[in-house]
Amino acid sequence: MSIDQTREPILKGRNLVKRYGKVVALDHCDFDLYPGEILAVIGDNGAGKSTLIKALSGAVIPEDGEVTLEGRKVNFHSPNDARHAGIETVYQTLAMSPALSITDNMFMGREMRKPGLRGKWLRQLDRPAMEKFAREKLNDLGLMTIQNINQAVETLSGGQRQGVAVARAAAFGSKVIILDEPTAALGVKESRRVLELILDVRSRGIPIILISHNMPHVFELADRIHVHRLGRRLCVIDPKNHSMSDAVAYMTGAKVPETEFEAA
Amino acid sequence: MTDTDHYESSVREKRAEKVAEFESHSKGVMSRVQHALHVTPALVPLIVLIASIVIFGLLLGSRFFSPFALTLILQQVQIVGIVAAAQSLVILTAGIDLSVGAIMVLSSVVMGQFTFRYGIPAPIAVLCGLTVGTACGFVNGWLVSVMRLPPFIVTLGSWQIFLATNYLYSANETIRAQEIEANAPILQLFGAKFEIGGAVFTVGVVFMIALIVVLGWVLRQTAWGRHVYAVGDDAEAAQLSGVNVKRTLISVYMLSGLICAFAGWALIGRIGSVSPTSGYDANIESITAVVIGGISLFGGRGSIMGSLFGALIVGVFSLGLRLLGADAQWTYFFIGVLIIAAVAVDQWIRKVSA
Repeated sequence: MSIDQTREPILKGRNLVKRYGKVVALDHCDFDLYPGEILAVIGDNGAGKSTLIKALSGAVIPEDGEVTLEGRKVNFHSPNDARHAGIETVYQTLAMSPALSITDNMFMGREMRKPGLRGKWLRQLDRPAMEKFAREKLNDLGLMTIQNINQAVETLSGGQRQGVAVARAAAFGSKVIILDEPTAALGVKESRRVLELILDVRSRGIPIILISHNMPHVFELADRIHVHRLGRRLCVIDPKNHSMSDAVAYMTGAKVPETEFEAA
Repeated sequence: MTDTDHYESSVREKRAEKVAEFESHSKGVMSRVQHALHVTPALVPLIVLIASIVIFGLLLGSRFFSPFALTLILQQVQIVGIVAAAQSLVILTAGIDLSVGAIMVLSSVVMGQFTFRYGIPAPIAVLCGLTVGTACGFVNGWLVSVMRLPPFIVTLGSWQIFLATNYLYSANETIRAQEIEANAPILQLFGAKFEIGGAVFTVGVVFMIALIVVLGWVLRQTAWGRHVYAVGDDAEAAQLSGVNVKRTLISVYMLSGLICAFAGWALIGRIGSVSPTSGYDANIESITAVVIGGISLFGGRGSIMGSLFGALIVGVFSLGLRLLGADAQWTYFFIGVLIIAAVAVDQWIRKVSA
């Protein structure tokens, strides 16, 4: 997929700065995500990937710089702000309550109430509607054959849990989905299924930010690769024109790119 | 990319299974039991309760197995049952509240002293007592959620503080039952009795059962209830999924304080007088009921119905053994065994996954 660079990025970061004491986690970092693409963010440990992602998803408030979503400047003070703006994050830890059901987890923090007095005065949940919605969303992503939408998440396998987390993000993330190491905890076969799921989500037109250490996965999925080094964007490369060893060389500083937008 | 990068292709092409097939495999009997308990954790205490009623009924006959004796158990556990409901809420959030008994006594003393020392109309004094209980809960909740102190330490401290306040304020003075009966009978409201065919109920017993039923519904059917479980299960995950963890925790501790204040009101009904030295062991008894009732001390698991069953099990054992003429220490002995067994079962149920 060729990305038209003349288009306006859907999510843009400019000059983002974040320090932790003396450590500069984000050093005037720029970031661009274009509509409909999968942008992989790679970087060595401690390069500031997580901080960048947290700044975009509201978990960290940058000290300087600005984030714009669809051309409008946004100030996220919490992950909830970002969620309300349509940015959903699937955390590496998945952020699910293992003892609660699939439906409960999908709707955690944004439950549906029954219409009428029972919802308004007794604040009763509309379980049938929530279950129907959850089942539809899982079906949409081909996570079929779920027999019991009310089974506890802890009774699911790692891949199934990841599937539910991605389905939750896809169900509510209207503008951007951020996936943090979605395959790190999974076996080869389960990873494969999750990768297909990610492509499936992209085919719905939702742009995805993928943070991963797994180079084969990054090169297979990504339309563009944002290489993060020393708290800033070192370059953005096109996986079709670069090899994995190039990417690793950029990441570790063994090789220096000529221009920031080498691939563009 | 070079060819060596395609080391996964064999997996890609040959894979047969899908990741999200949620089919249930054929299971053994034990595994099925484990799953049933996982879904309905109050099942174990219910079975133990029924079994113990049957056993004592067989041993004691109609002395035990009569409407009078069985409802006597309800009356004896009403205070612990109400306090256990408060304790359950806190324990579901992976906390613990050692100050429940102190809040209960302090609230009952406030109700009594406001009426008799200041001459405030009794209904308003009751409201003041309920407010004091809620405020105590707020202090606990604020320290736990905002100051991020461990609940055990917070309530260990506040237990002493509330109890000392109770003694200092009441000047260790008991308000006698006759006085209350004559001047402020509303304070003894929870002790009012009515009889249905030999079975004797009090308002306190009815309140306890209604409270458990309402809380059970709220925990299951409202977003707040689901948030209580989510916070207890994994507070960080709950926060990331958009739950306001601080507000949930504070509301839980405040509600717990309010329920303890109601227990204080019920305590006046049960013993007739207002005594600053009563109910001192309600914290340990309530934790016992909650644990025997199958609510996990690690939070996020269990049903509030279980804590009622837990309280009733303790009541059945103590009355049954007393009627058998056994030494009272045997009650403690068996309760101790049940506590350890309940925690062992909880650990087993947790391993249900995978």
